[in-house]
Amino acid sequence: MNKMLFTGNAAIGEAAVRAGCQCYFGYPITPQNELTEYMANNLSRRPGCTFIQAESEIAAINMVYGASVAGVRAMTSSSGPGISLKQEGISFLAACQLPAVIVNMSRGGPGLGSIAAAQSDYHQATHGGGHGDYRTIVLGPSSVQELADLTYRAFEMSDKYLIPVMILGDGMLGQMMEPVEFKYEAPEVLPVRADALRGAKGRPSRFVRTFTSNPSELEELNWSLFRRYQLLQKEEVSFENYLTQDARLIVTAFGIGARIAKGAIKQARGYGMKVGLFRPITLFPFPREQLKELAKTTSYFLDFEMNMGQMIDDVKLSLEGAGEVSFYGRPGGVIPTSTELLRVISRIYSQKGLG
Amino acid sequence: MKKIFSRPKSLKKAVFHYCPGCGHSIIHRIACEAIDELGIQEKAIGVPPPGCSVFAYYYFDVDMVESAHGRGAAVATGIKRAYPGAIVFTYQGDGDLSAIGTTETLHAANRGENITAIFINNAVYGMTGGQMAPTTMLGMKTTTSPYGRDDRFEGYPIKMSEILGQVRGTCYIERVAVNSPSNIRKARKAIKKAFQCQIDGLGYSLVEILSPCPTNWKKSPVEAWKWVGEVMAKEFPLGIIKDTTGKSDAD
Amino acid sequence: MKGRIVIDQMLCKGCELCIAFCPKQLITLSDELNAAGYLPSSFNDRGDCNGCASCAVVCPEVAIEVYRE
Repeated sequence: MNKMLFTGNAAIGEAAVRAGCQCYFGYPITPQNELTEYMANNLSRRPGCTFIQAESEIAAINMVYGASVAGVRAMTSSSGPGISLKQEGISFLAACQLPAVIVNMSRGGPGLGSIAAAQSDYHQATHGGGHGDYRTIVLGPSSVQELADLTYRAFEMSDKYLIPVMILGDGMLGQMMEPVEFKYEAPEVLPVRADALRGAKGRPSRFVRTFTSNPSELEELNWSLFRRYQLLQKEEVSFENYLTQDARLIVTAFGIGARIAKGAIKQARGYGMKVGLFRPITLFPFPREQLKELAKTTSYFLDFEMNMGQMIDDVKLSLEGAGEVSFYGRPGGVIPTSTELLRVISRIYSQKGLG
Repeated sequence: MKKIFSRPKSLKKAVFHYCPGCGHSIIHRIACEAIDELGIQEKAIGVPPPGCSVFAYYYFDVDMVESAHGRGAAVATGIKRAYPGAIVFTYQGDGDLSAIGTTETLHAANRGENITAIFINNAVYGMTGGQMAPTTMLGMKTTTSPYGRDDRFEGYPIKMSEILGQVRGTCYIERVAVNSPSNIRKARKAIKKAFQCQIDGLGYSLVEILSPCPTNWKKSPVEAWKWVGEVMAKEFPLGIIKDTTGKSDAD
Repeated sequence: MKGRIVIDQMLCKGCELCIAFCPKQLITLSDELNAAGYLPSSFNDRGDCNGCASCAVVCPEVAIEVYRE
């Protein structure tokens, strides 16, 4: 397979098409328009496929719901405000156990915010942004290659577990251009999912719903969803350990933040500081045990995010008090530099006497 | 003697949870009669709304999927685009289709989505206890227009069929009522014709059905059925709003 | 044309629509409650039912079957 230069947004699109995505429903919003346009160019005239620029992000997520119920791979994408609009639809997808891929190329918030990259949708993504007890699988890519790889993985996991999957990217990843290799190309038309609604031919009619006048029924649904999430925790956790083996200070970061962190860490190492990076790739299921493991060799963590501190909650919960967690963050779409992070790293390193 | 009237095949043998005299019961039956007559039971996929008819799947013996409030047209779009071989219909109340669902309805119609909307207009929000709806008439008292709907504060009843008639992607829009034997028969024909439009791939079709709600109108069933004709039909005239099918009748 | 109807009184919710719409007034309200607590409709077969099926068409509960010669 050849390596090609792709921007992040386009790489998601190309991977989705190759993964067998049959339906894409979207709406314009910066900084992900290139993805919507890529799907317009590549999916709208593809046989058996559908591209609709819907009338709103709400309509788009509901079209995804319909297409998913009919048994095909369906996807939507947006950014902050649009993802907020989709929350009801995502709750419905989770409740009805329907696969779907939702891409969030995050921007500064809250409100209309900014169009620059930020990581302030972490809580919304990982703690069930819509109503009710549910989670979606959340993937945090950190490079254009990972955007492509995790797009494939998103469709695979979503179909396997019947849980919606969110790809939590950001504006910078979407716009940057890097070499990519695409894993595979799915057959022209994928087989329809076994649980799809396709008309009651040769079987009794079925209905897909969660509304019930019997709370016990709904209780059982909730328990069964959470048993599945426990299975995810066991089987599907992904993360990266970068120079953590001998690290006295470990930075925790995800997505684009982790790229900046790596730059800072490389520089820190150059100055003789033993710093490493723990990078969760699955933000849900969060790699709790693997992070806690690191507390055996170091007590000092620095959580670095482009927000006011969201993943830090999961870091602290995972460590269960077994380490000291500092925080450095820039919200609103401000892109921190690796140099400013290096300054924070070296300040903590000397303050805690780690040298 | 021959039996000349019985339950349609695609209407499950379940006791309706609807109130005595409710239009839903009639409309479920005539929609199933239309489904039977067209032989589309095995292809049909229905999208019921939140509302009194949230449990439509207990009655319609076809595949169905619940929808969030107002989103039926978008869900139906997703289903039909993913599987064009299905006959996809929404079953929506007046709040669902013309309040929260206005955008989705308008745009599905505008795109000429090959889906059929069965639009139940009872001028109130029934399930939630009788609040004002977009189709509530001036002067009508509801729980959120307790002084009677006043255009100075609450605007006017909305004529969704007429609005959709202006949209190019629609092929057939008719307003009917289910308040007498002859009207019920006409309503069934309209529903059948709307489904036929979808079978023929002609675009978005909608049947608006003036439907009695005795409980929230605080009338007896017989009074409520009368009121549909004497009052509602004056505001919402029955008849064909748009028909580009070139056919006179489904029968 | 001779006709006959059969009302399933267990399904009937006593809405009285069949009574209102029968052109020959052949249906009345029973004075015994059914299991659901409604007073159901009752068919008075005087022999002049013509099987027009108006009652069945207006019955919301699909509680009426109609027979015709």
